[in-house]
Amino acid sequence: MSSNATTSQTIGPFFSIGMCRSIKQNLADANVSGERVNIEGRVLDGDRQPVPDAILEIWQANSHGKYAHPEDDQDKPREANFTGYGRIPTNIEGKFHFTTIKPGQVPDPDGKLQAPHIVVSVFARGLLRRLVTRIYFPDEPANDSDFALKLVEPSRRGTLIAKKVAGGVGVLEWNLILQGSDETVFFDCGL
Amino acid sequence: MARILPYRRPHPETQPRYLHSPYASTIKRAPAKPPVYLPQTLSEITGPSFPNVVTDIKATDLTRQHHGDPLGERIIVSGRVIDEDGRPLRQALIEIWQANAAGRYLHESDQHQAPLDPNFTGCGHALTDNEGKYRFVTVRPGAYPWGNHHNAWRPAHIHFSVFGPAFATRLVTQMYFSGDPLLPFDPIFNCTADEGARNRLISVFDWETTIPSQALGYRFDIVMSGREATPMER
Ligand SMILES: [Fe+2]
Repeated sequence: MSSNATTSQTIGPFFSIGMCRSIKQNLADANVSGERVNIEGRVLDGDRQPVPDAILEIWQANSHGKYAHPEDDQDKPREANFTGYGRIPTNIEGKFHFTTIKPGQVPDPDGKLQAPHIVVSVFARGLLRRLVTRIYFPDEPANDSDFALKLVEPSRRGTLIAKKVAGGVGVLEWNLILQGSDETVFFDCGL
Repeated sequence: MARILPYRRPHPETQPRYLHSPYASTIKRAPAKPPVYLPQTLSEITGPSFPNVVTDIKATDLTRQHHGDPLGERIIVSGRVIDEDGRPLRQALIEIWQANAAGRYLHESDQHQAPLDPNFTGCGHALTDNEGKYRFVTVRPGAYPWGNHHNAWRPAHIHFSVFGPAFATRLVTQMYFSGDPLLPFDPIFNCTADEGARNRLISVFDWETTIPSQALGYRFDIVMSGREATPMER
């Protein structure tokens, strides 16, 4: 017997009761290896209004390009203190921020290396299903040949690449625009 | 490097579209452009796990989180988390949240003029066992009004967040109760085109999990994407 996956519903406005028990905005404990990055930005709607009731979930490899998951069978080191998972709510101004390390490269389905990236789920009141996107890093030569970026029309790729902040060491800005002419690229990757 | 064995895509119309104008909040939040089709990579077939989450009695019994008993009708909500091929998903993290019996959330932006219950927070979490089973004790949530349209009311529901084995299997949904007269009028329940898929969000009254003299049982099974039969073509 088989049936289809259960239908998604919005998280609604009151999700913090159930989902904010386990906020995780700092993935980079002191003994985790890799280059520290602080990523900050805002979630905005189709009128450029802040979205104060959104929550992001992120998933990434460690600095060696290894996921903390049994199906990653690459011969690379795991780090006990790095789970690669974060959960980050927006505040009243639609702002969010998190601290992590820049992930290493992981293979694409052809065995070539993808550019360093973080995968992101977006949940919010008004989103009947999660949105899925990716965060890439600036000044990264591997971006030009990345498996997922190449699927995106060139004029929209910039929405996936975080930007350096003037004067901010280790700070990157990445905004998430749900709707509009410069809306963020979202991916269809499954449920 | 092993080849990628992807998770199946949802069957057409069994998942909601982003824009569903009867639910007003989708109008400015639904992306205007279609999502870019991405074949799953190692990044999507891996995902977080939560082996260290503590699931004590307070986590799974929402009626025992305070000194006193919450008001309302006690219910048992239980079921299994399985994949589309019927295989149990073990150690899957489930988080739930809900209104109290009067239809009020313990949340600063809930302005409904119904009483808070000092003995009810309305959140819980559990990990599925080796058969994919989970079980919560709680109270039946009340219906509540919302501002979507004139005289709008949400049917009674419990919010569920479920982590499958991979980033590609992540679900947040809502569980409803059969016979609720508000269901035909609710734009959120009705956002999915496929009627069968919608109706699987309605829990089933269950004598087997009902506890005599204590609590009625409701069963809610959750299905996550199954795996493709063969590795992805290159
Ligand atoms: Fe709700």
